[in-house]
Amino acid sequence: MITFEHVSKVYGEGHRPALAEVTLQIDKGDFVFLVGPSGSGKSTFLRLVLKEERSSSGSVQVNGRDVGRLRSWKVPQLRRQIGVVFQDFRLLADKSVYENVAFALQVLGKPRHVIAQTVPETLGLVGLTGKEKRRPHELSGGEQQRVAIARAFVNRPAILLADEPTGNLDPETSVGIMKLLDRINRTGTTILMATHDDDIVDQMRKRVVELRDGRVVRDEDRGVYGSGR
Amino acid sequence: MRLGFVLGEMATGLRRNFTMSVAVVLVTMVSLFFFGTGLLVQKQVGILKGEWYDRVQVSIFLCGDTSLDERCPGGSITDAQRDALRTQLQSDPRVERVYYESQQQALENFKETSVPAITDNLTADQLPESFRVRLVDPQQYREVSADYQTAAGVEDVPDQRAILQPLFTVLDVATNIALGLAALMLLCSMMLVSTTIRLTAFSRRRETTIMRLVGASRALIQLPFVLEGVVASLIGGVLASGALWAMVNFGVSRLQNRPGFTTRLVDTADVLTETGPIIIGVGVVFAIIASLFSLRRWLKV
Repeated sequence: MITFEHVSKVYGEGHRPALAEVTLQIDKGDFVFLVGPSGSGKSTFLRLVLKEERSSSGSVQVNGRDVGRLRSWKVPQLRRQIGVVFQDFRLLADKSVYENVAFALQVLGKPRHVIAQTVPETLGLVGLTGKEKRRPHELSGGEQQRVAIARAFVNRPAILLADEPTGNLDPETSVGIMKLLDRINRTGTTILMATHDDDIVDQMRKRVVELRDGRVVRDEDRGVYGSGR
Repeated sequence: MRLGFVLGEMATGLRRNFTMSVAVVLVTMVSLFFFGTGLLVQKQVGILKGEWYDRVQVSIFLCGDTSLDERCPGGSITDAQRDALRTQLQSDPRVERVYYESQQQALENFKETSVPAITDNLTADQLPESFRVRLVDPQQYREVSADYQTAAGVEDVPDQRAILQPLFTVLDVATNIALGLAALMLLCSMMLVSTTIRLTAFSRRRETTIMRLVGASRALIQLPFVLEGVVASLIGGVLASGALWAMVNFGVSRLQNRPGFTTRLVDTADVLTETGPIIIGVGVVFAIIASLFSLRRWLKV
């Protein structure tokens, strides 16, 4: 589903590479934690998958497409197959829960009846039925992140990227979010989650890829956050 | 659905930047008004030139007692010379008709068009006799004049267009001033459109980021911004056309309706069918250029 072959990314002449010779294969339906300290290259990895950045060398393949060679006008098609969730939720404050989720479909030009059917379904999946009319500021952090996940998942993407999705949440709420991501993973969606949250990684027992200074230093199935901790 | 979405986003943008949008509308209106005025003056010049040049006759003044010696070294024109000139004119293919104006007729014509105080002491022998020539194509004026200027017995073939030249010069200067102001204001309106878009792009960066991430096409993300500029310019253009219409309807056309005013002036039909559509089109095109230019800079897609 996501394949990196000898991928390096240097952000400016003379700087230390953010990613160095990373080779990694993530299969369809995988649930992968991307761990490592700040500046280890996790965000750059995610940005390369989304083609927010171009790799300096090596090839990035996502869902069978060579991302590096993708024409700029085809990038939207790539992004339609990828849902993204952030630490800071990034909801639209002047839109209701329902409108926030529907927004993702509206901008893709989906017909009204499709939106009217899919949005309530997805809100049900993330456990927000009954809160459709609320505004983001009327919701708890965990609920806001559920809205963000619903928005990322409403178009049924093949891949869900999550950048520190529990970074702003308390441990109990985080567990709920992880259960939700696990449920989405079981529908066949590939999930790649960058995180600092060792408790969660240790509990979930999924594949763990550790980055340090832009290099993959560990890749184990059913791994824990850090061997040295 | 998608069109509705784009229009909705555009309306939100216009509302959020209401004062900036009003500024864009007003500046565009003023610039297009000057531009339209320039076009109308130019059109008026065209009409005047057409009308006056059509009326132009070549006047060939013949040598007489009062003629200057250097022009008429042989003294007054002889009957033979006059007949030869008449024959030559009548056989000239460029000439449509030839009238002969005797000294007596010249005096009568002069009396008709001038005030008595001037003509009272005038006698026929003080005025030159002349041939008045109507041309098939008035554009050939210069060639015909030159040909007969040097004929025997001819005192002068004055260029009647030279009389009108100062008027046309004034109108040309007026046109250039109007167009210069229009260019300056149009530049201002483009910069305003660009600034407005920069502000809008900043205030809506969260929306555009999300649109980008869920895979909205570049056109869909940019269209609301471009439309904002276009709608503001469109309103400005329509207002400018309205102002031009008012200027022509309440100003120029009143002049036209005065008794004895025979020259055709620009009228409201010119504004509605020609100048208006042109300035609205120019305004819209400039707005599109300004938007695309600033979107490249301020909106990452």
